[in-house]
Amino acid sequence: MANLTINGKSISVDVEDDTPLLWAIRENVGLTGTKYGCGIAQCGACTVHVDGVAMRSCGLSVSEAVGKQITTIEGLANNGALHKVQEAWIANDVPQCGYCQSGMIMAVAALLKEKPKPTDQDINEAITNICRCGTFQQVREAIHAAANA
Amino acid sequence: MNKHVMPKLNRRAFVIGTAAVGAGLAIGLDIPFGGPTVVRAADGSPEVNVWVVIRPDNTTVIRIARSEMGQGTLTGLAQLVAEELECDWSKVVTEYPTPGQSVARKRAWGDFSTGGSRGIRTSQEYVRKGGATARVMLVQAAANEWKVPASECTAANSVITHTPSGKTTTYGKVVEAAAKLEPPAEVKLKDPKDWKLIGKGVKRLDTVDKTTGAMIYGADVKLPGMLNAAIKDCPVFGGKLKSYDEAKVMGMKGVKKVVRVSDSSVAVVADTWWHAKTALDALPIVWDEGENAKVSSESIAKWLAEGLDNAQPAFVGNQNGDAKAAIASAAKKVEAVYNYPYQNHATMEPMNATALYTPDKCEVWCGTQNGEGAFAAVLEASGLPAEKCEVHKLMLGGGFGRRGMTDYVRQAVIIAKQMPGTPVKLLWSREEDMAQGRFHPVTQCKLTGAFDADNNLTALHVRLSGQSILFSVRPAALENGKDPAAFQGLSPSGDAAFGYSVPNLLVEHSMRNPHVPPGFWRGVNVNHNAIYMECFMDELAKSVGQDPVEFRRKLMSKHPKHLAVLNAVAEKIGWGTPAPQGVYRGIAQVMGYGSYVAGAAEISVTDGSKIKVHRIVASTDPGYVVNPAQIERQIAGSFVYGLSALFYGGCTVKDGKIEQTNFDTYNSMRIAEMPKVECVMVPSGGFWGGVGEPTIGVAAPAVLNAYFAATGKRIRSIPLRDQNITFA
Repeated sequence: MANLTINGKSISVDVEDDTPLLWAIRENVGLTGTKYGCGIAQCGACTVHVDGVAMRSCGLSVSEAVGKQITTIEGLANNGALHKVQEAWIANDVPQCGYCQSGMIMAVAALLKEKPKPTDQDINEAITNICRCGTFQQVREAIHAAANA
Repeated sequence: MNKHVMPKLNRRAFVIGTAAVGAGLAIGLDIPFGGPTVVRAADGSPEVNVWVVIRPDNTTVIRIARSEMGQGTLTGLAQLVAEELECDWSKVVTEYPTPGQSVARKRAWGDFSTGGSRGIRTSQEYVRKGGATARVMLVQAAANEWKVPASECTAANSVITHTPSGKTTTYGKVVEAAAKLEPPAEVKLKDPKDWKLIGKGVKRLDTVDKTTGAMIYGADVKLPGMLNAAIKDCPVFGGKLKSYDEAKVMGMKGVKKVVRVSDSSVAVVADTWWHAKTALDALPIVWDEGENAKVSSESIAKWLAEGLDNAQPAFVGNQNGDAKAAIASAAKKVEAVYNYPYQNHATMEPMNATALYTPDKCEVWCGTQNGEGAFAAVLEASGLPAEKCEVHKLMLGGGFGRRGMTDYVRQAVIIAKQMPGTPVKLLWSREEDMAQGRFHPVTQCKLTGAFDADNNLTALHVRLSGQSILFSVRPAALENGKDPAAFQGLSPSGDAAFGYSVPNLLVEHSMRNPHVPPGFWRGVNVNHNAIYMECFMDELAKSVGQDPVEFRRKLMSKHPKHLAVLNAVAEKIGWGTPAPQGVYRGIAQVMGYGSYVAGAAEISVTDGSKIKVHRIVASTDPGYVVNPAQIERQIAGSFVYGLSALFYGGCTVKDGKIEQTNFDTYNSMRIAEMPKVECVMVPSGGFWGGVGEPTIGVAAPAVLNAYFAATGKRIRSIPLRDQNITFA
């Protein structure tokens, strides 16, 4: 049993300590916006914020997440108002299949918090999520659009 | 707000009125009898026909039979229907009919299969007629109410106007009456010059839920009482499951059951997938790997190389003149051997399906590119008749051809059948997905060109050796043993026609089918055929000291559409003008899926091994452009997919198994590596070509030709990582 704080709510989940945070979020908490892509922290589809920092939740155990503020894609909107990254994603028609986009959006939201006006080079260094549909062009445009929103 | 409504997870997406089912009647395009029975959607709104449901508030529900996997077909097909329907686009929503409903209504929606870039090009006419038919019926209903001739009425934005009197009504007000009318026998479609919505880059209809985490993919399905399954199939294809020791894992947390799924696979069913996967990893399994355990990439390469020998039998795919004789007597001869490896689709969402079986009903929820194929798999695996089976299609987390296969659907049903009444979600691990792919086929190619004394190309012999997809996947499509698809891009005519005229030509295929199961992988045989042909074209040009574009142009005068796209990219990249210092260009063209495409790249190379792609350009002539914004995205996406395969891809075989296990050993391009793709669309009209796949073929050869221009080194073996070449 572990007590997690997810999207501002305290939730106790009945899992072993070494369960990856990803699977606790998806299966025990029931928030399926955070995706499984590789399980080895390569693809970024499972990216969430842990104390405001983008982290790959498949590589993080539940015990490591206890006592931290965890935000998932479902918690990114504020009182029903979408985050500016989500707004930019919609305005720029970014997603294709969309499966990687929760993780992509979470990674970008964390980047903009750290660097409100990222350069292309900043984007290249910070955004390393895999998108097999190849939406990178729209991702880049939407990051700049969100930065200027 | 436009929205694609995914099926509800606990009930059918819409119901057919009992009267309609009882009488076997429905108003539909392909159903020859009309009548007073109205078919209703789940919310009670009437169907005007199978494609169109209109709600009292003028919301227009457009039914889409093909599968959305990111390629935008859902939006494009809705545009086609809405163009003829003259409905208010801002009030369009879409939904999927189910394969079970389609069977019950005599395949009213036609083909569900979504592959081969066919979504729009093979259904455009009947879906536009669906929209036009519905419009005629709606207008007629208004005319009847007003007691005026329908010819005096017009429709636009879901509003019908009686022009002489100025009276208006809406689709929502007349739909009940319209649904009872006989459909017109014939409808006239708009002249393309009158299109208002087709050709516009309208926004996709399925975006919002993909940005909030709300979109439900197959892997996200939740049903009451559902259990989760993880599976392992014998990693050596053709091997068998000898034994497993379930006692070792039955006590592990959450484990409910260990089930034999087939003679080569075993699954663990548990409360959560994480528990199922953890127990599966701990399950002692003994495989009988069989003879195929001796196969390696090296043994496959050796066998394929033997097929390049002219003495070996081969199927002829394209031929004119006598290439062998012309080569034998040529003044000059150029020869090269290329190869292309296996590739995994590596969809972001691993394969999965959820099944609920009882003796009276078998339902499956999954992402599939082939709803009817998945339905057939459910029938076969459950043993139940069609009326007791159903498939609920969900959003695909990537398809690229992999989800046209139904292996994972069959597995889910077989597992669920062993736990009647309990829904079971089967999800493959990434490792299982890498091991059990349906791989882009492996091939080699020997190309020989011959010149006369004046450096005119007199003969070309293209000899392919390697795997046939159809042999394994669709043997009925073979023609006296020949796989016609093996010649994509090299065919004498059709939707993948060769774009060069050579006086003596021979294109042939020595079919060799290793044990690794092949599948349709975005672009399919265009991928390697375009690399072979377009890189070799550069080799031929170089051998006679000619410019690669000029050399091609001389061979393309009888192929004006191929030439037009080549010229378009040449102009866009600035061919013939100096490139920036240290930057080199390459170009390629091919035809596939009914579209003519070309690509050009500007790259720089550091230390002979670090490539930076500065610019990359694509042009396409798909006949008609339905949604230019989505076409741009498909072109750019196809380039990412094709260049990922070129640089990082390649699945190798050792001891009969695929060696790559995850994205650490089968990498994919990141944002830093991909430049903006510049698209030039030159639709010439009069035909409908595909969009999702054709352009993938030109990305790799354009970069490889630019690499040669930069380094003087010709790369004939893929992937580049094997030669320690990567992105700068």
